[in-house]
Amino acid sequence: MISIVCGIVNLSSGRVIADGNNIQTDYRAARSKIGLVPQELATDSFESVWATVNFSRGLFGKAPNPSYLEKILRQLSLWEKRDNKVIALSGGMKRRLMIAKALSHEPKILFLDEPTAGVDVELRRDMWDMVRGLRESGVTIILTTHYIEEAEEMADRIGVINHGELVLVEEKTKLMQELGKKQLTLQLQTPLPTLPEKLRLYQLELCQEGSQLVYTFDTQQKNTGISELLKSLNQEGIVFKDLHSSESSLEEIFINLVRKNKESA
Amino acid sequence: MNLYGIRAIYKFEMARTWRTIMQSVISPVLSTSLYFVVFGTAIGSHMGAIDGISYGAFIIPGLIMLSLLGESISNAAFGIFFPKFSGTIYEVLSAPISPIEIVAGYVGAAATKSTLLGLLIIATARVFVEYQIQHPIWMLGFLILTAVTFSMFGFIIGIWADDFQKLQIIPLMVVTPLTFLGGAFYSINMLPEIWQKISLFNPVVYLISGFRWAFYGVSDVNILVSLGITLTILVACMLGIWLIFRTGYRIKV
Repeated sequence: MISIVCGIVNLSSGRVIADGNNIQTDYRAARSKIGLVPQELATDSFESVWATVNFSRGLFGKAPNPSYLEKILRQLSLWEKRDNKVIALSGGMKRRLMIAKALSHEPKILFLDEPTAGVDVELRRDMWDMVRGLRESGVTIILTTHYIEEAEEMADRIGVINHGELVLVEEKTKLMQELGKKQLTLQLQTPLPTLPEKLRLYQLELCQEGSQLVYTFDTQQKNTGISELLKSLNQEGIVFKDLHSSESSLEEIFINLVRKNKESA
Repeated sequence: MNLYGIRAIYKFEMARTWRTIMQSVISPVLSTSLYFVVFGTAIGSHMGAIDGISYGAFIIPGLIMLSLLGESISNAAFGIFFPKFSGTIYEVLSAPISPIEIVAGYVGAAATKSTLLGLLIIATARVFVEYQIQHPIWMLGFLILTAVTFSMFGFIIGIWADDFQKLQIIPLMVVTPLTFLGGAFYSINMLPEIWQKISLFNPVVYLISGFRWAFYGVSDVNILVSLGITLTILVACMLGIWLIFRTGYRIKV
């Protein structure tokens, strides 16, 4: 899909509009707004860092702007390496160089195709910070990732693609509110052999050999039913020594969505 | 028009030439100079004149053409093949640059390199052999036209090739033999009649003949026929490139 939008793969049917520009009939306007950081580390090994970012800027029809390119290279901690040949850079630096190349023509939309694949934890954190900075500067970032925690950490809106089909696009917070569920876990003082009859009207589950009660509730409902549950527990003489609540992660939402999609197919 | 884009590709390709100056400039000049020494000075001094021109001078246009064709094809083919091989082609394909502009960048650089190389060989030849250029404007015109035409041909080969062997097959197995048999070292009028007729199917005959006319005012075939055949090859290469970008052949999925 990214390759189609960027013009690397021919469109076989349908149409793509990028920021109001048709990628086929108005490809110059569309492509000049788009930057791409592909998943593969494809670089001109024998060029210098400075030459290769200048090449990218020129290729996208922009007049030379050394001060802008210096700013980008400084942001990505590559300024000191500007005269080095690309082949001499480490994997992480090459990844950052590809981001610098993609940003060299000041795109409004930036595709980051699995930018942290195979990248160490420290560099991944740095990249997240950089992406946040770009987002704050007004660049629309489309980040594809298999790391759900990455999407959870960074995204404003999330799209889920399953087997090439866009299952949904939603604001992250809304998605987590609507599709996520919250659970209250009670650690019991004395384990229960079975769930008492009066408690069966709640969505309760007895776990950990009867020592844990898990109550699942909907955060969207006005009344979550927690206070009624606590009263009922009191009436039944069930004492708990600890409690905590948790909400489902994006990963769980994703898995549920994909599962549902599979079942309906 | 994306002039900055054309300039970026052109500069990138020219930078590659200076990085590899031994291979892309000095080596072809040296090998052509050896031809001048061996065939022009050593053997040529024992050969008779052809069409009133000393043998050493006679072979200069053919030898320049030999280098020009080979270098034009190799430069342009490698220029587009390497980004495909390394994966950096994604950047060119995703840029707001038209196919004509891409070709202008790659072919322009390859043609510039081989034209400069041709001029350098012409200047080097003067060290070994005495010669005059009767029609310098035509000579330069033929040099540039041939460089552009065969750089386009090289561009097509670079797109077609999916490994390094294929990149070399056409220049080594087709173009070099055709140049040797195309009158680089002899006039086709010196051949038996049947071979003269067969030689006329070799397009390089027309290139060398036209180029030699620009040097000495003598040719195997009419200068306008030479020009016509060269332009026909140019148009055929342009059509080939147009088809490549239209269909995405070997550059797009």
